[in-house]
Amino acid sequence: MMTMLYVRGRRFLQRVMTRPRIDLPLALGLLLLLLVGLITLYSAGDGGFSLVGGQAMRFALGGVLLLLVSRIPPSVLRSWTPWLYAGSTALLVVVALLGEGRGADRWLNLGVMRFQPSELLKLTVPMMVAWYLHPRQLPPRWKDIAAVGLLIAVPALLIARQPDLGTALLVIAGGVFALFLSGMAWWRMGLMLAGLVGMIPVAWHFLHQYQRDRVLTLLNPESDPLGNGWHIIQSQIAVGSGGLFGKGWQHSSQSRLDFLPEHTTDFIFAVFSEEFGLLGVAALIALYAFIIGRCLWIAMEARETYSRLLAGAIGMSFFVYVFVNGGMIAGMLPVVGVPLPLISYGGTSAVSLLTGFGVLMSIHAHRKMHD
Amino acid sequence: MRSRRSIKDNRDESAMFRRRALAGFLLILLGLCGLVGRFFFLQVVHHQEFVTRSQNNRVKPRALPPARGLIYDRNGVVLAENVPAFRLEVVPEQVKHMSAMLARLSRIVPLSQDDLDAFKKQVKQSRRFESIPLKLRLTEDEIDRFAVNRWRFPGVDVVPYLTRRYPLGGLFAHVVGYVGRIDAEDLKRLDPVRYQGTSHVGRSGLERSYEDLLHGTPGYELIEVNADGRTQRVLETHPPTPGKNLYLSIDVRLQKAAEKAFDGRAGAAVAIDPRNGQVLAMVSVPTFDPNLFVNGISQADYDALINDPAKPLFNRALRGVYPPGSTVKPLLGLGGLVEGFRKPQDTVLSTGVFYLPGHKRGYRDDQRGGVGTVDLVQAIEMSVNTYFYKLAMDMGIDRLSQWMGQFGFGRPTGIDLIGESPGVLPSRAWKAEHSRQPWYPGETVIAGIGQGYWAVTPIQLAHAIATLAGHGVPYAPRLVMATQDGQGAPRRPLPNPPSGPPLIHNTADWDTINQGMEMVIYGAKGTGRALAAGFPYLIAGKSGTAERYSRTTNAYNTDKSAAYLASRHRAWFVAYAPADHPQIAVAAILEAGAWGAQDAGPIVRKILDAWLAAHGGVIPGAGRISAAAAAVPGIPQTSMAPVTTQAAGAVGVAR
Repeated sequence: MMTMLYVRGRRFLQRVMTRPRIDLPLALGLLLLLLVGLITLYSAGDGGFSLVGGQAMRFALGGVLLLLVSRIPPSVLRSWTPWLYAGSTALLVVVALLGEGRGADRWLNLGVMRFQPSELLKLTVPMMVAWYLHPRQLPPRWKDIAAVGLLIAVPALLIARQPDLGTALLVIAGGVFALFLSGMAWWRMGLMLAGLVGMIPVAWHFLHQYQRDRVLTLLNPESDPLGNGWHIIQSQIAVGSGGLFGKGWQHSSQSRLDFLPEHTTDFIFAVFSEEFGLLGVAALIALYAFIIGRCLWIAMEARETYSRLLAGAIGMSFFVYVFVNGGMIAGMLPVVGVPLPLISYGGTSAVSLLTGFGVLMSIHAHRKMHD
Repeated sequence: MRSRRSIKDNRDESAMFRRRALAGFLLILLGLCGLVGRFFFLQVVHHQEFVTRSQNNRVKPRALPPARGLIYDRNGVVLAENVPAFRLEVVPEQVKHMSAMLARLSRIVPLSQDDLDAFKKQVKQSRRFESIPLKLRLTEDEIDRFAVNRWRFPGVDVVPYLTRRYPLGGLFAHVVGYVGRIDAEDLKRLDPVRYQGTSHVGRSGLERSYEDLLHGTPGYELIEVNADGRTQRVLETHPPTPGKNLYLSIDVRLQKAAEKAFDGRAGAAVAIDPRNGQVLAMVSVPTFDPNLFVNGISQADYDALINDPAKPLFNRALRGVYPPGSTVKPLLGLGGLVEGFRKPQDTVLSTGVFYLPGHKRGYRDDQRGGVGTVDLVQAIEMSVNTYFYKLAMDMGIDRLSQWMGQFGFGRPTGIDLIGESPGVLPSRAWKAEHSRQPWYPGETVIAGIGQGYWAVTPIQLAHAIATLAGHGVPYAPRLVMATQDGQGAPRRPLPNPPSGPPLIHNTADWDTINQGMEMVIYGAKGTGRALAAGFPYLIAGKSGTAERYSRTTNAYNTDKSAAYLASRHRAWFVAYAPADHPQIAVAAILEAGAWGAQDAGPIVRKILDAWLAAHGGVIPGAGRISAAAAAVPGIPQTSMAPVTTQAAGAVGVAR
């Protein structure tokens, strides 16, 4: 038994090493993005290699995972999906029961490294939604929509009460995009959207005070000179003073003089904007758009519903990262802990994002083998 | 149509997906264009404005922590104050190599392992640009040495702050409690904005339960900084709002007298004003110096406190549970009257042993051979067990625990401190929860004299006696009487309405019990008759001597030495005064006392003396004893007066 596993494992690794199945345009786009990330981080981290080194390690780990996952055929992933979903949701429950962490109980200490189970859900929730929808009659009716809603809501609520609104938002986005791509009728979406808008006052009631404060602060940043209002103002000064061409690499005075909080993590986009200006921002956003577009292209090429929905949902959630983080540093959206994907330092998000792209690579590689 | 639609059509789905993916991508492009538009707005349209702001950006806000509210006794004696001190603070972001810096710094200013641990914990929990306290209470010598070397330590600063001091030391350690340095656990629950710049938080006692009022609201100042981030000048100040001052209802003089009365022997005493639930004194002996905890207690001091067999950190008044013994007898007697099981004149024959019908085990009186026929007043005066064994049997455990529960036993009293023990009120429900055995009748019998499962805290007993003294109107005990917005501002009283409906409707019932408790002090055979001498107002009291272990035989103990008895007994005494117009109710326990009246009684008397002295010896609304005694035939002037001639009715008329 053991030897068989060992032999199979070795064969699997050999195949990963010798014949990686990757989509070249997507891989190049990602590589470029990682490079931009490391360059920005070097500047934002005041020219130290310790941050950049750590981040490069994460990228390397993520790259290995990407290659490994890319060898798992979508059909296998599909058969694993319910177990992966159930397992990751169970981990969330474990965290809720005995978690430890900074203010928010989101981490599970694995001895060597601290591990955030909610990261897994960013992948397993769209997987589960795609798995649920793939054998069913599409476009989905209310019954299936309700079931999908439940599959999304359970882990999302568990994450939201950690409290980690940013990750909850990304998890919801992944599931909802899969539903959208499955062809859910526009009028149904309109109706649900209207319902959600109607729920806003109720949701407001359930928000933590600090979360409400963040929304209110956005409307009037001057009201909170010690907390988030300060962050919003300083971040906008950084962005605005960058101008069209930027102040140049390593010339972000806002970050250098410690006016920008968390300038290597959630607010790194502000440093980037200050140093590279509007042209840099437009180029970076174009790069993100290219990656998202390529993901959707891969999704369209897939010949089977599960792969299509999953690939499309992963690609589209990437947009949510960029939009929420960019909107936050430009003072358009409240301060929510969503990193700029593959550029913000730290967290497990870089690893989980790259793993997600591994799934896309696998779907690309199997585009003509499944029907 | 329906059957055709139920077959999955992959080509159809694929086409639909294509349309959706395109629509989705268009929406995403739209969103990204919107984002770029916003950046265009900031970076091109408003570019000049932001450039100016960025160039002038030398201004940072700095939190100004509020001064913590002060705590006073009822007469304005300071119990907790703020004194200026200096501490070292570090901004982690401005330190290149933290551990190397700390090593260099410790050669100039000694840093203990505790300091370093707390600091490292807080660094992990805070944002890197926030200033974190490293060492509190710097000595002048340390400040000087650091000032000379300051240029070597960018990001490290000496910062003035206010630290907490408890001028009366241990006297209020179990009431006011203490503040402690904010640690990792605190950071999880505290509002980071409200506690920015604050280093201490209430840890125990009132400091903890009134944290919200005491803390206040931080202000901020706008400071101009140079390129290193050091402060150049202050541009604007928005002062913080200090926390509210608290006025306790405790009188320091009573508190001192109570603590002194224990003379270091372990125990606790609580005095409550029965008219409003205000706590007048609350001591737990032995105690500790709360100042040790404020800036981090050293391991040696902490070990000494933890390993002390007398457990000075243990708040006996709040958490110590003891069998109440005979002190519950007046309350039970009142239940017998109110619920109609007894009339004042009903008598019981005490033969020395009480047997349940058909049972072999005897339940004993204190005196061998008994005291003969007694009514309720005499039963209270001489603490006759047989009377209450019988009353408990007649009431039954359910009515007994229901009645006693109304006096607050078996649940927290609701005093404004955290961590109160609920104690145990014997009942079927309680036993069912804690044992698989059914309720036995014998357990009802001993519940009647405050033994068996009974467990009460001194606070609970004081609360119950205060409720009795206040003619059955219950008030949750309160330590904080009023708040104040700042020095010189008017005191705002905190309301404390009755916590339940009145328990007594017929004044005659109360009068009977009161008479019994007066006879404890003034009767010829009263167990507390030694306490009467020299107090100008009527005292009503009751002793209680609870056994720590149950007896193994029916034989009477022959060893009467005080040391032996003290090792087996807990001595209680409860009292209120003036009996005709109760204004103070006291409960005191001595953990190792031989007899309630003889050992705990004098403690109560000393508290009453201090209370009287605090009032200048005159209590408005109450009759002096010489006049009262003359008017009340129930109070014998000599110890020779025969007890049996006193008719309960006569006293009732005289009231």
